[in-house]
Amino acid sequence: QGKFTLLRDTRTDGSFLVHHFLSFYLRAGCKVCFVALLQSFSHYNIVAQKLGVNLTAAKERGQLVFLEGLKSCLDLLFGEEEEQSGQPSPLQFISESASNLKALFDFVRTSLTPAGSDSWKGPVLLVDDLSVLLSLGATPVAVLDFIHYCRVAVCSQLKGNIVVLVHSNEDSEDEENELVVNSLCHHSDLILWVEGLATGFCKDVHGQIKIIRRVSLELTAEQDHVQIYQYKIQDKNVTFFARGLSAAVL
Amino acid sequence: LVFTEEDKYGLYSNLLFKYFLAEGVVCGHDLFVASAKEHPDHILKELPAPLLDDTYRNELGEEATAVKSEDFQDSMKIAWRYQNLPKMEASPTTSTKFGHYYDVSKTMSPELFQSVKWHSFYLHEELSLQPKMKTCNMNSAYARLLQSIQRIIYQEGFDGSDPQKKQKNILRIGIQSLGSMLWGDDICSSDTPEDINSLTKFLYVLRGLLRKSLSACIITVPAHLIQNKAIMERVTNLSDTVVGLESFIGSERETNPLYKDYHGLVHVHQIPRLNSLICDVSDTKDLAFRLKRKLFTIERLHLPPDLSDTVSRASKQDLAESAKLLSSGCGAMAIGKKHLDF
Repeated sequence: QGKFTLLRDTRTDGSFLVHHFLSFYLRAGCKVCFVALLQSFSHYNIVAQKLGVNLTAAKERGQLVFLEGLKSCLDLLFGEEEEQSGQPSPLQFISESASNLKALFDFVRTSLTPAGSDSWKGPVLLVDDLSVLLSLGATPVAVLDFIHYCRVAVCSQLKGNIVVLVHSNEDSEDEENELVVNSLCHHSDLILWVEGLATGFCKDVHGQIKIIRRVSLELTAEQDHVQIYQYKIQDKNVTFFARGLSAAVL
Repeated sequence: LVFTEEDKYGLYSNLLFKYFLAEGVVCGHDLFVASAKEHPDHILKELPAPLLDDTYRNELGEEATAVKSEDFQDSMKIAWRYQNLPKMEASPTTSTKFGHYYDVSKTMSPELFQSVKWHSFYLHEELSLQPKMKTCNMNSAYARLLQSIQRIIYQEGFDGSDPQKKQKNILRIGIQSLGSMLWGDDICSSDTPEDINSLTKFLYVLRGLLRKSLSACIITVPAHLIQNKAIMERVTNLSDTVVGLESFIGSERETNPLYKDYHGLVHVHQIPRLNSLICDVSDTKDLAFRLKRKLFTIERLHLPPDLSDTVSRASKQDLAESAKLLSSGCGAMAIGKKHLDF
């Protein structure tokens, strides 16, 4: 409970982890707020069906609150004036010059605060992916503030979990992104770092995943536990195995 | 969203752009062409003519049978282990028929063109109109282009907003030389541009429009001119497919014997991973293109056979060096730090 998990990918696509966490938490009966900035709802829905979860049904029974970033942005820019009578759009910062993600935070908080009739287990915030906010004009400080506010609200007050995906590159020239990623790394309880193999492209092993449990944050003078596995992505599943023990080799 | 990095002189990316549009004409899709450089009418007049199925397949068929009959005679004597392997296919799609082939030396006939509905956006003609949408700090040229695309999608019903429209069609959008100075964006000319996020915001909104409607889009960008590499990283993140064209004109690779049959390299930086956990990666990462008199082909890069009599050590070293510089893979699947791709 109250954990912040950072999904980080380098030179490869770590979105399979997002799909996994989404179906995992939905199956566990948690209330999920999914801020999906990069892909459309139908993409996630189709993949989730392969993993055995129906997103449309989850949305209808109130278990899933889905913010489709692309659609929201279009409504903001091309929408008629009358449609925006209610709440302000969560992505308001795109059209305003003040780069302030408060509207987005308010959206997250209202969707995860339990209503009286809810019987879900702990709330979960899932973000895919944070680096897009920088591309849309938010400053790194604004993004970090947003995450900080979310942590206070979701992890501390509501005892929920947060899972965030960011991209990073080793020789990246995108300093703003690196700033955000490094800062988040220091504050995370668990980091899942997906990378390409150092030896290049391989058909049977798609990459390696480093699992870092930040035990050092607990002030017990222990160092972080690091585990490294390799993985292969299949159509409905991802298989993990110890390094060098891919099925193709054995 | 297909994002193409232009080669230095824009020759080959222009060709790819026209191919995309020509394919749209032949399939009966609607077209939307936007440019700040050339008037879209001119672009559309220069689309390559499609090759009729019969003639091309015959040509291809002849070549294939000729090769087969030769090889049948001499079975391998020394390298007999290799005999059972399938012959390497230089062009990846000889067997499957996907899309059409085009003859680059001829332009498309106007009759074929008449049947297709097309819309154009030429920046210098549109400057007089005021954008109605909120520009949200985006470059006004981009804002106008977005508004124009959105208007066409809505009016022509590509986003399913008109349920009475029975025939669903696809809109092919082509945007030429985005990000260049002609669009009013200074990312190509200065290291610290005024609004670093204009292009990325534009791409995000465009992605939203494409996801919401039945359309596909190709954009060409003079990536070699963009000083700030952070922009390219963000842009790669926001696109579905990223392809870079590197032509050999004027570079030292022109005289390199490794590349003597080809005119340039194709770098596939990213392929789409839509609606599934995995993506379809081809076996090979090294692709090169060449422009013959009639055809533009993309093939696997293979070393020419080392048949010279006077092979000196120096030239062999060169070949090995350039072989090491071959592509380092694409981003959807993992790529490595060192040049050891298998």
